[in-house]
Formats: sequence, structure tokens, C-alpha cells
Amino acid sequence: MTFKATRLTLAAAFLGLSAFGASAQGFTPENPECIAPANPGGGWDFTCRQVGKSLQDLGLIDKTMQVVNLAGGGGGVAYAEVVNKRNDDNDLIVAASSATATRLAQGAFPGNTMDQVRWLASIGADYGVIAVAKDSPVQSLTELLDMIKDDPRSVSIAGGSAVGGWDHLKVLIAANAYGIEDVRKVKYIAFDGGGEAVTQLLAGSVQAFTGDISEAKGFVDSGDIRVIAVLAPERLDGEFASFPTAREQGVDAIGANWRGFYAPGGMSDAAYDAWVSKIADLYASDEWKAIMANNGLAPLDLQGADFQKFVADSVAQIQSISKDIGIIK
Amino acid sequence: MDTLASLGDGFAIALTWQNLLLALLGCFLGTIMGALPGLGPSNGVAILIPLAFTLGLDATAALILLTSVYYGAMYGGRISSILLNIPGDEPAMMTCLDGYPMAQAGRAGEALALSGIASFVGAFLATWGLILLAPQLVKIALLFGPAEYFALFALAFATLGGVSSTNQAKSAFAAMLGLGLAMIGVDSQTGVPRFTFGEVHLYDGLDFLVAIVGLFALSEVFVFLEHRHGNADAQGKKMVIGRLTPSWSLIRSCTPTMLRTSVLGFLAGVLPGAGASLGSFISYSLEKKLVDKDNTFGKGDPRGVAAPEAGNNAAAGGALVPMLALGVPGSGTTAVLLAVLLSLNITPGPLLFSQNPDVVWGLIAALFIANFMLLAMNIPMVGLFTRVLLVPPRVLMPVVAMVSFVGIYGISGSSFDLMVMVGFGVLGWLLRKFDVPLVPVILGTLLGNAMESNLRRAVTISDGDWWTLVDSPLALTLWAIAAVGFILPLIFGRMVKSKMQREDESSLAD
Repeated sequence: MTFKATRLTLAAAFLGLSAFGASAQGFTPENPECIAPANPGGGWDFTCRQVGKSLQDLGLIDKTMQVVNLAGGGGGVAYAEVVNKRNDDNDLIVAASSATATRLAQGAFPGNTMDQVRWLASIGADYGVIAVAKDSPVQSLTELLDMIKDDPRSVSIAGGSAVGGWDHLKVLIAANAYGIEDVRKVKYIAFDGGGEAVTQLLAGSVQAFTGDISEAKGFVDSGDIRVIAVLAPERLDGEFASFPTAREQGVDAIGANWRGFYAPGGMSDAAYDAWVSKIADLYASDEWKAIMANNGLAPLDLQGADFQKFVADSVAQIQSISKDIGIIK
Repeated sequence: MDTLASLGDGFAIALTWQNLLLALLGCFLGTIMGALPGLGPSNGVAILIPLAFTLGLDATAALILLTSVYYGAMYGGRISSILLNIPGDEPAMMTCLDGYPMAQAGRAGEALALSGIASFVGAFLATWGLILLAPQLVKIALLFGPAEYFALFALAFATLGGVSSTNQAKSAFAAMLGLGLAMIGVDSQTGVPRFTFGEVHLYDGLDFLVAIVGLFALSEVFVFLEHRHGNADAQGKKMVIGRLTPSWSLIRSCTPTMLRTSVLGFLAGVLPGAGASLGSFISYSLEKKLVDKDNTFGKGDPRGVAAPEAGNNAAAGGALVPMLALGVPGSGTTAVLLAVLLSLNITPGPLLFSQNPDVVWGLIAALFIANFMLLAMNIPMVGLFTRVLLVPPRVLMPVVAMVSFVGIYGISGSSFDLMVMVGFGVLGWLLRKFDVPLVPVILGTLLGNAMESNLRRAVTISDGDWWTLVDSPLALTLWAIAAVGFILPLIFGRMVKSKMQREDESSLAD
């Protein structure tokens, strides 16, 4: 028995070493490929293309990252494709975000769960904002929530995701935290993307907008809209420092749309470690810091096991909110 | 004067050898991609993004390359519409209606050249519109709330009658079929999947490109297979190509059409929720209402070729207005261009014109250059394109089938889409047998979703009060135009029909 245990330990140590050796030599993906589970032009597409370009610029990959747009089912088609057909592909990474976690939590990828893939790393987070038009009488988040409390029909809130999607959930999280009992009464209008939702806020069709900082940035700069709350734990840096957080207004709501990657579930440890360290190197680079600043991405520095746990936690959190508001049973 | 000075600066940026070469390359590749069924402007641009990055181009040069591809694809879409009756992309669908009959009548060269000129006029005027009116036009876009968008889509469907068939009932049936198909997918207003049968591929609804390629291209192949019987038809009919350039009088007679439809198309492009397909469609149907006195539209009327081409190219220029000035994409292609801008660290939005004038004006100058290049490239190439007609169908049809399959699989990488495409091919073949027009099916699929979403948004915002749909002067105006467009043809149509019958009778009597 002792002998066997020792042999096992030795074997494990050897395997560990060889895995370490491989990653130290640097597993290099021969044909690096990034699946963007949406049509060109969206956030996932941006994630793939920007990260692919930066990885190459920094010399972390030799070849150009091939970006494949595999749209469908809000990412479900890509997820199923990776799980069913490309489970042991070492060269493949897939863009993901809170939207992926939301759909996994709500069971919107039929037959798929989050532990069928390996979660690699995050590359930043886009905190949620709630904004009103510049000439709106509403001055603070609590004022808006009071209006909803008094008469839920008086306020329409526009967002870029479908009902039950992340933009919708953010408002509900805030409403919930403020003590609005039946959050299902909050009037949410779904538009095709954050841009269209902001346009309708400017057009005066709706009273408030829920989305990400990056979607609102251009309009905040020009003074057309006013952010009344950012759903971050504390005030952000730089030009975003003037946005009040929901928390400081007494509404304990945090909503971060993180962006990151997952890899096929059968990816070898060597390849997984290599990808994790490549994305970590990218994240630490000054070039990426500049890109984050330009796009309104806030820091979210999670890799490997930490990221895996983070995704699991956020899936669990979304599951419980979705149950509370009756989107899932 | 300021504007002209900025434009001058823009030309100074755009007119370098490198940028001119990039524009030439972009125009050429764009034309080819536009002409291939399946590959449209948005995919064309997306495919070339890596090239722009690998070449290490700066922001202006990258945008010049990509917008040349965009304009090129808008030009190229018409080629397969006219020659093969297969739209190269969505907005080119309307060009089939008169372009193909013209080609059949031995006027392919004229149709191609005329549509090239119409494309040029549309794009040229739209670029000027972009320069002079962009800031004001943004205000128009802001007048459109969900209720107004719904009225606009209703207008499109109200003017549908008789666009592609003499039988109104069949048109209506086809539109209903399209609207029904548009229901498939996750409903964004409730988050509930409809008619998806648990198939995750259907959650985003049907892909228009797959539907178009199936309905038009594959069904053409099926019809050919059915009629072939190994007889002489497979050897190819004697196709007459005719003259390659349109006469001056023809161009002159189409000029008012081109000018009117350029304005319409441009306005449709400016509205973020409308887009180029709606632009070319409204251009065609309103022009038909306006000038089609002798009922020649749909039978190879040159004005029916000029109208949608000027309209859709003007819409392509118009779609750049909300993209640059609001950061809101007005079409699939501008969504891709927007992503490129973002990844080049440029934030589009209300401040773009003041923060990055070099990029904006360089881009606008590039549009002018690309436009002239495309005109210069397309007119001489008409002769080359028309050779396609000389290819016997037994060679051409397998190539069409191959291009369809490769094109769709190349874009989506999903075999499910291929099956959907074959399904649409069979549906198209059936509909052709029943003489049901195909264009309204696509329009229903294409516009149905947006129409439904906007109706429901409007009614949700107003708490179920349907009067909200007619609550603004703009909405009322749109409804009025829709009503006129719907009712007038019913009256005039009857008059024309009875007149035609009388003529028929008199000719029979002879």
C-alpha cells in the first residue's frame, strides 16, 4: 500500500512537473482561434478581435488570431458547438460575458451547464449604469426608484437586452435592494442593443436607461445624458469619478458586466495554463490598460481557478434573483 | 465654408498613394463580395478586418479600406440580381424585379450600366447629405419613437400591394408567410422562445441571408432541374446581350427617378431602425406608385432598376449618419464599422466630429473617392459581367448551388443553416409553382420582427393605450401616406385593369 501510494505520488509529481515543463516551455497554439458567439459588431466580437490583436502585438501568440462569428441563441449555439464538437481543442478560446452567465443560470442553453467548459480569465468589467436625459427632473437614483414605488407605470426604462437579460436584471437588482416588493411591475422596454435604447432616451420615448458604461460614454461626454447611478462597489477612477454609486445613495446594488473567455472542457492542463498566463500577461500590459480606459472597462483581474469560482458565484446569484422575480421556477 | 475647408483637409488625408490603392482594392473586393449570393456588405467588411489589422493600418487608412468594401458591396449586389435573378445581398432584392426581365429581354448591359449610374447618383448625393446635414439629420432620427417606427413599417407593408405580382391576394399571402416566419425565435419583449421546438439554433430567429439564398438561388436550381429533361434547354438559350451602354435619353428619362429615390433612401438610411433594405423597398414601391402609368414596372422598366439601386446606395450613405453622429448603427454593416472604430480607440458619438475630425473627414473624402472609382470600374466591367449570361445553365446552375452552399457555410459554419437553406429552397420552388411572389416573403421576414417589437414597445410604454400609435404629427403623416399608398392603387388599379381589358377585347375583335 505504501509502495503504491508513493508510486502514485511520484507519478503525480512527474505529471505535475511535465505539465509545468510544458507551460514553462510555453504551449503555443498553432492556429489560435477565438469564437465570438454573435454577429460581427457586438461586444463578444469586440472582445475576440481586440484581444486577438493585442496578444499578437505583444508577441504572446505568433499567428493572427482567427475570429469566427458563431451567432445564435444568445451564445447557446457556440456553447453547444464547443461542448459537443470541439471539446478537446487546445487552440480555441471563446468570448463570454455576464450575458453568458445569465443564460446559463436561467437554463437558456438547453442541456448545457457552466461546468462543461473551463473558464479561463476575465479581461475587465463594464459596470452597469442607470441614466436619464439631461433635462430630466430626476436627480438621483432614489428619486427614480421612489417614482417607481409610487406608480410603476409612470416610468419606462429602456435597455439593450431582452426581458430577463442582464440590462433588465440590473434594474431589478437595484429595485429589489431599495425595497420594491414586486419588481415584476417595473416597466422595462427591450431594444436591439444599448445604442438604440440610448437614442430612445434622447428622443424622450422613455424616462430612464439601463446599460453599461461603455454604451453610455459617448453621450455622457457630450452632456446629452446624465448618469444617476453606477452599480459599482465604489466610485470609479478617472473621468468616471463623478458618477455617484448606487451604494452611496443607500441602494446596495452592484452589477458588473464582466468580459472574459472560456475554453473547451477537454483542453489539456498545459494548454489551459498557457492560455491563462497569456491572458494574464495581456491584462498586466500597459497597452491593455489604455484600451480598458478608452472603452470604459473597469478592472476585474481574475484568472484560472479564481475566475472559475467567480463565474460559479455569479451564476448562483443570477439564479436566485431570477427565481425571486419569477423568470425561472 | 468651414465644411468645405474640412473636406479639403479630408482629401489631403485620403489622397495618398497608399490610401488610393487601399480604396481600389476595397472597391474591387467589395464588388465581388456583393455579387456573390450570401456574402453581403456586413460579412465582406468583417472578413477584411483582420487584413486591416495585419497590415498595421492607422485608423483613417483602415476605415478607407473598409468603407470602400462597404460601398463596393452595395454596388456589387445588383449584378447577380440582374443577371441571375438572385440578389447578391438583402437590399439588392428589389433590383431583381425589373433587372432580370431587362436581362431576359436582351438589355442586360443597359440594366447593369444604368444601375451602376443609379448607384453612383444615390451614393454621391448621400455623401453630400452626410457632409451638409449630419448634425440636423440626427434630430430627425430622434423624432422617431417606437410608435413612429411602427407607422413606418406599416407604410412599407401598405405600399406592398402589386409590387411584385399582379395578384394582390398572392402578394398578401406571401407577406403573411414572411411575417409568420419572423415570429420564430426568442421574443425580446418577454424573453420566451416561440416556435423554436427547443432548437437552440432557432433562438435568434431565421437568418435573412439563409432565407434569401434558399428562396432565390436554390429554388432557381430546383426549377432548372425540374425542367431540364436533358433537352436542349440545358445547352443554353441564345441570349442576346444587346448594347452595353444606355443611351443618353434613357439616362435622362431615369434621372428624376434617381433623384427622388436617392432622397428617400437616404432618409431611410438615417433612421437607425430602418436600414438599406427598407430604403430600397420604399424607393421602389413609391416610385412605382408615382410614375408607373403604363404598368411596366416588374416587366423590365429601366426606372424600376434605377429606383432601388439609387435608393439602397443612398441608404448606405445615410446609415453612416447615425453611426458617426450618435454611435448607433443603422445597419448590420455600420455595426461592424462601429466595432472597428471602437477597436481603433475612437469613440463614435456626438463628439466625434469635434474630437477626431481627421478620421471623419478622411472617411468622407474616401467615400467620394471610392464612389468615383466604383463608377469608373463598373461601367467598363459591364461587358465582362454580361458574359455570365453566355454560360450555359447546365454549367451555371451547379456553380450557383455550390456558391450558395459554400457561402452560407462559410459565414455561419453551421450545418443547421444549410438545412434551413435547403428548406427555403424547396419552399421557394413550391411558391414559384403557385406563382406566389418571393419578395414579400423576404420583406415579411426582414421587417416583421422590428415591426412587431416597435408596436409592443409603443403599447407597453403607453400602458396599453393604442392611441399612442397616432399621437404625434409625424406618426399621423406616416399613416396618411400609408393609407394613400394602400387605397389609391385599389381605385386606379381597377381603372387600369378595365382599360386593359377593353384593349384586349378590341385587339381580339381585330
